[in-house]
Amino acid sequence: MTEQALSPLPSGVGAGAGSRQKRVGSLATTDDTDWAALLVKVRDHQDRAAFAALFRHFAPRVKAFLMKSGAGAALAEECAQDVMATLWQKAHLFDPTRASVATWVYTIARNRRIDALRKARRAEPEELDWGPEPEPDQAEVMEAQQETERLGRALAALPAPQRTLIERAFYGDLSHSEIAAETGLPLGTIKSRIRLALEKLRHQMG
Amino acid sequence: MTTIRHHLSDQLLMAYAAGQLPEAFNLVVATHVSLCDECRARAGSFDAVGGTLLEEADEIAMGEDALAKALERIEGLAQATRSEPLKPAGIFPAPLADYIGGDLSAVRWRKVGGGVKQAILPTAKDASVRLLYIPAGTAVPDHGHRGMELTLVLQGAFADENDRFGRGDIEIADEEMEHTPVALAGEDCICLAATDAPLRFRGLIPRLAQPLLRI
Repeated sequence: MTEQALSPLPSGVGAGAGSRQKRVGSLATTDDTDWAALLVKVRDHQDRAAFAALFRHFAPRVKAFLMKSGAGAALAEECAQDVMATLWQKAHLFDPTRASVATWVYTIARNRRIDALRKARRAEPEELDWGPEPEPDQAEVMEAQQETERLGRALAALPAPQRTLIERAFYGDLSHSEIAAETGLPLGTIKSRIRLALEKLRHQMG
Repeated sequence: MTTIRHHLSDQLLMAYAAGQLPEAFNLVVATHVSLCDECRARAGSFDAVGGTLLEEADEIAMGEDALAKALERIEGLAQATRSEPLKPAGIFPAPLADYIGGDLSAVRWRKVGGGVKQAILPTAKDASVRLLYIPAGTAVPDHGHRGMELTLVLQGAFADENDRFGRGDIEIADEEMEHTPVALAGEDCICLAATDAPLRFRGLIPRLAQPLLRI
């Protein structure tokens, strides 16, 4: 297991400086699209144009994620379709004050990967009693989206070996005992914000 | 909600977010997170790392007709409406109740001696997870660990040489740890325990019983 887990990465994972530049570039071009607003349109109006925009942006990323995790092209394509269909189906569970759309898509893709590649069940935490607010506070939504962008910049700024380790952990190249908890990323602020959002919702319920 | 004092480690939460835990550990993590807002928020921050990697990942083009197929597919797909999730009425949070197929009354216990009972849950074989029922005031046989063991308290409480663990608390034990947990007086103690290697009991009788316990 360890032998295999430490084997060289599939091409494209241990990316060099060129690819990092490309990442920063692609991030800049996507900053101004409000993915959360599009997903809310899908949720509230079954808006197909909004869904198509989400599909064009996220499906090729999900496919790449699955292929880097070891899926063949055909399986990755099929699973990416499943992931996007799940995004449509579960739009009502998306809470833009707690996660960005990219994070939400990631969690769906990760679960699909466990199902497809490991053939194991993945237990998910109980849904919260209250579900997301129908009309979330826009300032909080903005903050959640901006935090994801900050996290992206922090990730891009990490020393290459550290970033590679994180990528390997998420692409399934490290076993759980090889995963280091110390990421060097500013996760504390994200945690605090989610914690506040949970407390606020609990308070409103109570 | 009682105060949870013993939480999941960053390492476990990141491995959970990355989807790299054995199924048995996933169940313990998901059950703890169901009871603990602190760990739910921490897990969310590790999910955000995954989201960021996805956002910045290179793209691989989908097939030409992929979008058309997707649109066709959602056409016939009912969107789940927001429904109040069924809050399990018993002591098992939803992910555990799903595995058991119900609450406490649905557990098929097997006696393992001294009033202790267990039920092994069906998971992938890379690790195992069981429910343990330990009568109040009873010691769990002294054991050391190979690999990692996670123990989540669902009812009652236990204490070992180091600390006290009540509902929602999670104990993370590694190879170095040899301990003698004792269920505290009062309520019988029910725990969910996962391990990625067999436990080894130190006394002769428990060691003989070990193959029978399948642990």
